[in-house]
Amino acid sequence: MAQDNSNRYFIILGVLGILLGIYTIRLFNLQVLNKSFKRQADENAIREITIHPARGFIYDRNDSLLVYNDAAYDLMVVPKELRSFDTMELCRVLDMEIEEVRKKIEKATKYSGSVPSLFKQQISKEDYGYLQEKMSEFPGFFVQSRTLRSYPQPIAAHILGYVSEVDEQDVENDSYYRMGDYIGKSGIEKAYESVLRGVKGKRKVLVDVHNREMGSYDNGAEDIVAVPGTSIWSTLDMQLQRYGEELMSGKRGAIVAIEPKTGEILCLVSSPNYDPNLLVGTARPKNYGKLVTDPEKPLFNRALQAAYPPGSTFKLANGLIALQDHIITPSSVYSCSGGGYHLGNHVVHCHNCGGLNIYSAIQRSCNTFFCRAYYNILSNRSKYKNIDEAYSAWLDYMSSMGFLQVFNTDLPYELKGRIPTAEYFDKKYNNSWNGNTVVSMGIGQGEAAVTPLQMANMLAVIANKGYYIRPHVVRAIGNKDSLNTQFNNKIYSKIEPQHFETVLQGMKLVVTGGTGRGAQIPGIEVAGKTGTAQNPHGRDHSVFALIAPANDPQIVLFCLVENGGFGATVACPIASLMTEFYLNRKVERKDLEQRMKEMNIK
Amino acid sequence: MPKLDPYNKMSKGFDVRLICYYLALVVIGWITIYSTCYIPDGSTPIFDFGQPYSRQMLWIGAALLIAVVVLLIDSGIIQHYAYFFYLCCLLLMILVLFVGKEINGAKSWIKIGSFSLQPTEFMKVATALAMAKFMQEGKTANERRYIWIVQFALILVPVIVVMLQHDAGSALVFASFIILFYREGLSAEFLILCITAAILAILTLSLNETYSIALMTVVFIVFMIANRNQKKKIRRNIIIYVISIAFVFSVNFLYEHGFEPHQKQRIDTILGKTSDPLGADFNLNQSKIAIGSGGLFGKGYLKGTQTKLKFVPEQSTDFIFCAIGEEWGFFGTLVVFGLFGALIFRILKLSEKQRNPFVRYYGYGIAGIFAFHFFINIGMTIGLLPIIGIPLPFISYGGSSLWAFTMMLFCFIKLNDN
Repeated sequence: MAQDNSNRYFIILGVLGILLGIYTIRLFNLQVLNKSFKRQADENAIREITIHPARGFIYDRNDSLLVYNDAAYDLMVVPKELRSFDTMELCRVLDMEIEEVRKKIEKATKYSGSVPSLFKQQISKEDYGYLQEKMSEFPGFFVQSRTLRSYPQPIAAHILGYVSEVDEQDVENDSYYRMGDYIGKSGIEKAYESVLRGVKGKRKVLVDVHNREMGSYDNGAEDIVAVPGTSIWSTLDMQLQRYGEELMSGKRGAIVAIEPKTGEILCLVSSPNYDPNLLVGTARPKNYGKLVTDPEKPLFNRALQAAYPPGSTFKLANGLIALQDHIITPSSVYSCSGGGYHLGNHVVHCHNCGGLNIYSAIQRSCNTFFCRAYYNILSNRSKYKNIDEAYSAWLDYMSSMGFLQVFNTDLPYELKGRIPTAEYFDKKYNNSWNGNTVVSMGIGQGEAAVTPLQMANMLAVIANKGYYIRPHVVRAIGNKDSLNTQFNNKIYSKIEPQHFETVLQGMKLVVTGGTGRGAQIPGIEVAGKTGTAQNPHGRDHSVFALIAPANDPQIVLFCLVENGGFGATVACPIASLMTEFYLNRKVERKDLEQRMKEMNIK
Repeated sequence: MPKLDPYNKMSKGFDVRLICYYLALVVIGWITIYSTCYIPDGSTPIFDFGQPYSRQMLWIGAALLIAVVVLLIDSGIIQHYAYFFYLCCLLLMILVLFVGKEINGAKSWIKIGSFSLQPTEFMKVATALAMAKFMQEGKTANERRYIWIVQFALILVPVIVVMLQHDAGSALVFASFIILFYREGLSAEFLILCITAAILAILTLSLNETYSIALMTVVFIVFMIANRNQKKKIRRNIIIYVISIAFVFSVNFLYEHGFEPHQKQRIDTILGKTSDPLGADFNLNQSKIAIGSGGLFGKGYLKGTQTKLKFVPEQSTDFIFCAIGEEWGFFGTLVVFGLFGALIFRILKLSEKQRNPFVRYYGYGIAGIFAFHFFINIGMTIGLLPIIGIPLPFISYGGSSLWAFTMMLFCFIKLNDN
């Protein structure tokens, strides 16, 4: 060892200095230049928990609860935070296959690494309790509480609609939604989604490496409180709806009842129907599949979507138009003989009613009278140049009473029905057609097909003597008295008020001494009209239209029972029982009620 | 023999700067340990002896006592009992092999009540003292070969025992004596040889043998051309070339059989051979996130999420630098760098000025140890070195290391004063 090594002191200092310099540069790079670590640290420690507000309740017009919420728990996964965990254990707890777990994680990873994805929805309360204890063994997973729709009564499924997980389209359309969120998919749930859903809140919490929550981030400064959904008061009368569904059990068809002064739908029955509780929770996909493939088509809302030949109830509209166009006056008499209305070698059958005016024509549902009236409307060359013009004018009258259109209020999936245009007949008959070619529409047969809702609305026009308010199902939002006025404007028909009195008079006679005597209710003056709708699908549909009390209508009701035969046999008693129940809150005719409930027509 | 001069011991006064650096580092250490234990919404009382920060307060108190005792005893005693101390520590370490407690895979702890003592930490001081003493005596013996063998043995024996304890990190620290040897005349060629071997090893492990051999061949050809007229050097070049190739091929074998799986994993991570952010290099990744997320000024004291929420492992001991980096940012880490740099440079400067070679040997010995600890510990937290579990002197939680480092530094302060 030589003595001249003191210069090595400087070499050592130099080397250590260089190392220190390298370390400093490295630190500067990590801490100052590289910004990604801050984000990564936040992603590690801060979990944003979405707080799903409770969805608004739905009440009926009398404050009875139709829809409320039940607690449910969803297991969420944040793929980036996943670490190796006991897959078998998780499979065991959740009753899942390993393959399914793998797939779900893969899907979640594809969606986003750091945004939580739904892993398993609606785990049971027991599993939730167990998982909550074991959460530290499953880093990257956490449980989020949710609410599920619940229905105290298994009724009104079509009109209430259902809630389900958003699809990709929903997320694309509205940035409010994230995968795994719920959205109203039909009915009131859909129409009032923005009211019912409330506003999502969020909470930022700190989580440690074991996935345990360690308190709120920044003392909750960035938290947003969830705003609960607003409750809604439906126009439905829950008891009437339930009664209607009971009466219609075992039958196919629809009942629509409207309060004419307000356009509020009191009940909207489509049979067969289903229990709305079937479309809630994890059983939804399975049950939905079953309902879709059911040959009885329980998901099909006949009240709004089925186009039926209206049968003789259509005569009311045609009578009004004939009066308005001065084709007839209340005292005009047409004669019915020879077995009906003759069209060359075809006969529209009737019962040789003899000479009758419009009152008795309605009372006895005379085909001959209304065929002639309809023919005359379409042949009125003093007013209309040709058949096209006359027919179009008739369509105009019809649409002024609510036909040929959807009301576009808050009802799900309405259809327009089918009444062909003049062009259709021009084409079909090569421009050579006249009133007789389409005369069966005068009695509600032939090419005309309308929805039960449109028929009920027409009854509202009669009850209101000239106008209707678009039928809707939501009465008030947020508060029972905060009425939903957005649909409240009166829409006037092109028929002058005095003509309605005439038709209403005829309808009273139907019940007091005509085809609809079965509709009589003690103490209430009922106006009605029977219908027997021929159709290509077998036995005639039984139809009844009703307005009560006739002098101060509180309810208009249209009932159609598919293949029920004469209007008087099925639809008339059902409509009558419904009206009695609605106006008296009780039914005296228990035998009839029993018989109608048990009647099976399929 | 050392001069005994009890009346002159206060003559120059103790080096105040070293004492200040020491106190600053210890205080920073305690503050940081408190932060790593701090629970945001729970109460974190200062005195709770189940908590590391309260225990550390006790250790600090004991360390200060050790410091005072060291300053008060005669420096001759330190020198005189150096071998004795070395043997005591060595026996204690061997004892640990039989009765020791295993923590994190290393069987290097003696449990006394609720306190665990790690003799390895004291072995470092003892080795530095014994080495300095031997080198000083060796000067007069004047038999160089014999001296080198004993010097090597003084280091090798504790290294073997430490390796038997499965504490590779501590074993590595003993390599720090190379700084002392270099200062005292170790051939630079030997150092270059070591560095070349290290480069070859890293190249071989991170890529494969072909690259190393290619590099060696290029260097060999260049040297052969440069030395084409010097027969002696040509022969030397050929020998070195052949040995290098043999070394390259043995590296993989040694790596496969000489390391534990978790150690290999850590080395692979640093070499960039594996990437598994959720698995083995999770710790390293979280450590970098912690330091990196601190930014320029840090998140503020007690506000580090990475350390508070336990994303960083061993955050009060080996990974304590993460908490400093996260909460105090680049400025905080610079302060720590500055203090350590100042401490090490000060020791080196004072050693260099010393007329007594014993103190110089000892000073270089411990400066090397401090530097090794500093660079290895921080290098691992910022991803420059594999994860090797050794503490950051004065700052990391732990009685043994704090006492041993205190003893190490204050022996120097005391010795330097004479």
